[in-house]
Amino acid sequence: MSGQDPIAAFRVEAGDLLDQIEHGLLDLTGRLDDRELVDEVFRGLHTLKGSGAMFGFDALATFTHHCETAFDRVRKGLAPATQELVAVILSARDHMRLLIDGDQDQATGDAILARLQAAIDAAGGVPDTGTAPIEQPAAGDRPASKSGWRLRFRLPADAMANGTNPLMLLDELRDLGDCAVRALTDRIPPLADLAPAENHVGWEVELRGDVPMSAIEDVFIFVMDDMELACEPLAAEQEEALTDVPPPLAAAAEVAPPPARAAAAAKADESVRVPAERLDELMDRVGELVIAQSRLSQLAQGSGHDMVLRSVSEEIERLAGELRDTMMVLRMVPVASLFNRFRRLVHDLSRETGKSIELLTEGEATEVDKTVIERLADPMVHLIRNACDHGLETPDQRAATGKHSTGTVRLSAHQAGGEVVITIRDDGRGIDRDRVRAKAEAQGLIQPGQVLADQDLLQMIFHPGFSTAARVTNLSGRGVGMDVVKRTIESLRGAIDVASVPGKGSTITLRIPLTLAIIDGLLVRVGSGRYVIPLAAVEECLELSLEQDLRSRGRSFITLRDSLVPFLRLREMFATGTKPDAFQKIVVIATGTERVGLVVDQIIGSHQTVIKSMSALHHNVTTFAGATILGDGGIALILDVAQLVDIGRNQEERLRAAG
Amino acid sequence: MTASILTVDDSPSLRMAIRIALTGAGYAVTEAGDGVEGLQKAGDSQFDLVVTDLNMPNMDGLTMIREMRKLSAYCGTPIIFLTTESDDAMKAQAKAAGATGWLVKPFVPDQLIRVARKVLGR
Repeated sequence: MSGQDPIAAFRVEAGDLLDQIEHGLLDLTGRLDDRELVDEVFRGLHTLKGSGAMFGFDALATFTHHCETAFDRVRKGLAPATQELVAVILSARDHMRLLIDGDQDQATGDAILARLQAAIDAAGGVPDTGTAPIEQPAAGDRPASKSGWRLRFRLPADAMANGTNPLMLLDELRDLGDCAVRALTDRIPPLADLAPAENHVGWEVELRGDVPMSAIEDVFIFVMDDMELACEPLAAEQEEALTDVPPPLAAAAEVAPPPARAAAAAKADESVRVPAERLDELMDRVGELVIAQSRLSQLAQGSGHDMVLRSVSEEIERLAGELRDTMMVLRMVPVASLFNRFRRLVHDLSRETGKSIELLTEGEATEVDKTVIERLADPMVHLIRNACDHGLETPDQRAATGKHSTGTVRLSAHQAGGEVVITIRDDGRGIDRDRVRAKAEAQGLIQPGQVLADQDLLQMIFHPGFSTAARVTNLSGRGVGMDVVKRTIESLRGAIDVASVPGKGSTITLRIPLTLAIIDGLLVRVGSGRYVIPLAAVEECLELSLEQDLRSRGRSFITLRDSLVPFLRLREMFATGTKPDAFQKIVVIATGTERVGLVVDQIIGSHQTVIKSMSALHHNVTTFAGATILGDGGIALILDVAQLVDIGRNQEERLRAAG
Repeated sequence: MTASILTVDDSPSLRMAIRIALTGAGYAVTEAGDGVEGLQKAGDSQFDLVVTDLNMPNMDGLTMIREMRKLSAYCGTPIIFLTTESDDAMKAQAKAAGATGWLVKPFVPDQLIRVARKVLGR
C-alpha cells in the first residue's frame, strides 16, 4: 500500500495540492488582491511541478511550469490577478488532474496554455513559456592532465560554520588519486585576533593521477563560487621529483582541526550499522546453534554420570540462551516507526471523507521484531481505513448524537508476556449488528433467524468477501476485506479480536508474538509423534483421569473451575491409530479469552523451538504453524494455537446448537 | 553511529522518496513538513545533516537555515537545500543564509545519496 510507494503517495498528495490550488483560486475570485492566497496557489503549483518532475510525471511538470511561471508574475506584482487568469488556471488545474491520471489530451492542454498566454497578455505581461529548465552539468571538457594537478585553495572564512568540512574535501581529493597535502598557514592571525570558528588555513595539494579537471570541480562544487582555487597541471618531471620529497606533512591537516572531527570520531565508536540481511543470517546461525545445543543437552543427560560433559553442556545452554536473547533485542524496533506512518493516512482520510478525525497514539516505545513491524503495516492500514471510513460518523451525525464533532482513532501498543497487544479503537457508530446479520444471511453464512452469540455475530466480518459498507466508497470496500487482515495476522501467529458497542465505537485488538523466529515451546507426545505447543499460549496442564475420560466421551468438555472448556483429542485428530496412554494429559491453551484443551499422551517438557516454515506443499495444512528440529535430530510439528481454538469453538457451537 | 538526517519539505511524497533513498543508504531519517517543524525538531535532537526545501508554508527554507545557524548546535552542521530550477539568485541567497550545498530537483536517489556522503564523509 502507500506506506512505501512514493508514487502512490505523490498521487494522493497531488490530489491535495490540486484541492489547495482550487480552494485558493476560488477564494481569490472574491479577493483578487489577497497576497496570501496568491502565495498559497503559487506554492501549490510549485510543489506540484517539483514533485511531478521527481516522480516521472514530465507532462504534468512541464504544463504546471507554464502556469507557475504565469502565476509567478502575479506573485511578484508584475501583473495583476484577473478573473480571466483565475478562470484559466482553474481549468488548467482540471487538466493537471487528467495529466496525473494519465488521461492527457495534448490539444486541450495547448488550448489552455494559449488562453493562459492571452490572459497574461491582457493583464499586461508576457510569461516566459520556456520548458522547465533542468540543470545541465557545466559542459566543456577541461584539459586533463595525465600526471596530475597542483592545487592551491583557500575556503571562505565562514565555510566551516556553514557546514563544509575541509577535511572531507581533502578526503575526496584523496579518493581521486595520491595526494600530497601541505597546509598554508601564512594567513593564520595572531591568537588574540583569531576567530575560532573561522577557517584560516589554505591547502596545497599535489594530486597525482589521470584526473579530469571536472572531477576536481565536483569536489569543490558547493564552495566554488566563494573560494580561491588555483590549478596547474603537474609536469612529468615534477612528478619524478616529488617522489623524492619526504612524505609531506600529514600533520599539516591537523593544524586547524575542526572541532566536529574529534566528536565525530568518538561517536563512531558507539555503534555500527549492519545491513538487515546480515542480522537475519545471524539469527539463522543462532537458531542452528540452539538446535545443536539442545542435542548436546540430550546427550549429556543420557551420559549418566559424566559430570564434566554435563557441566559443559549446561554452560553452553546458558550461553546459547543469552545469545538468543541478545539477538532478539537487536532485532527489536519501537512501534513508533509503524504508528508514525499512519498520521498522513488519517490526515488524507479525514480530507477525503470530509470527517474531522484525530489520531491518538500511545505506547509507541513498545518494541517489536522488525519483520513483525513490516508485516503489520498493511493490515493496520486497512483497519485504520475501516475505522475512519465506516466507523466514524460525519460531523453532522456526531453532533446529532451529542458527540464531539471530531472523531478519534486511538492506536495503542503494550507488551504482555511474549506478545505485543495493539489496539485500534474508534469512537464512532460501532458495528451495526443488524446489517452484519442481514449480510451474513444474504451470503448464506448463517441461517435466517439463527441465534448467535454477539461475539460470534461480530466474527462474521472476518469471512471472505464480507463488507458491510452499504455504499462502496473510494477508500474502503475495495475487496481486500477483514478476512485478508485476519489471515495476515494469523500468519504472524497472532490473533485478532473485535469488540464493538453500538453508538460508542469499535475496538480491534491484535495480539502478535514479539518475534517470529524462536519461541519457547512445550514439547508433547501424541501417539508416536512429537509436537510443540507455543508456551506463551499454554495456560495449564492437567491430568485427564480415566473416569473423566469415559464420562466425557462424545461431549469432549471438561469442567475447569466452573467453566466448560472444550477439548480436542489430538490422538483422534491426527489418527495415530495407537492406544492411549493410561494417564493422558490435557494442555489448556488460550488465545485472548477463549480456551481449549488438547489431550496428549505425554508432556515431555519445555523446548526452545526454532521455527522452520513448512514447504509450499503444506500450505493447506492449517493445524500446524511450522516445524522444528529436536535435540535428537527428529522433527516435531508446531501446533497452530489460533486454529485449534477455532476448532474448539466450533465444537462448542455444535454442542450448543444440539442443545 | 548511524548518521541522522532531518528532511524538511512540505511535499510528503518527496519526503518519502528522500526517506526511502537515505534509509536505504543506511541513514536514519526524520521528517518535518515546514520550516517551523524543522527548526523545532532540530532543537529536539542533534542531526548530522539537514536536507531542506526552500519554498514551504509557515516558514520558508531560507528563514529556517538562518535560524538554524544561530543555534550553536547547528554551527558547522551541513545543510543542503533543494531547489527546483538551477536558479542562481536563489542559490546565492541560500548560501548567504548559511547553506552548505544544494541539490537540483528533479534528482534521482543516487544523486541525493552522493551529496549526503559528500558532506557527511560517510
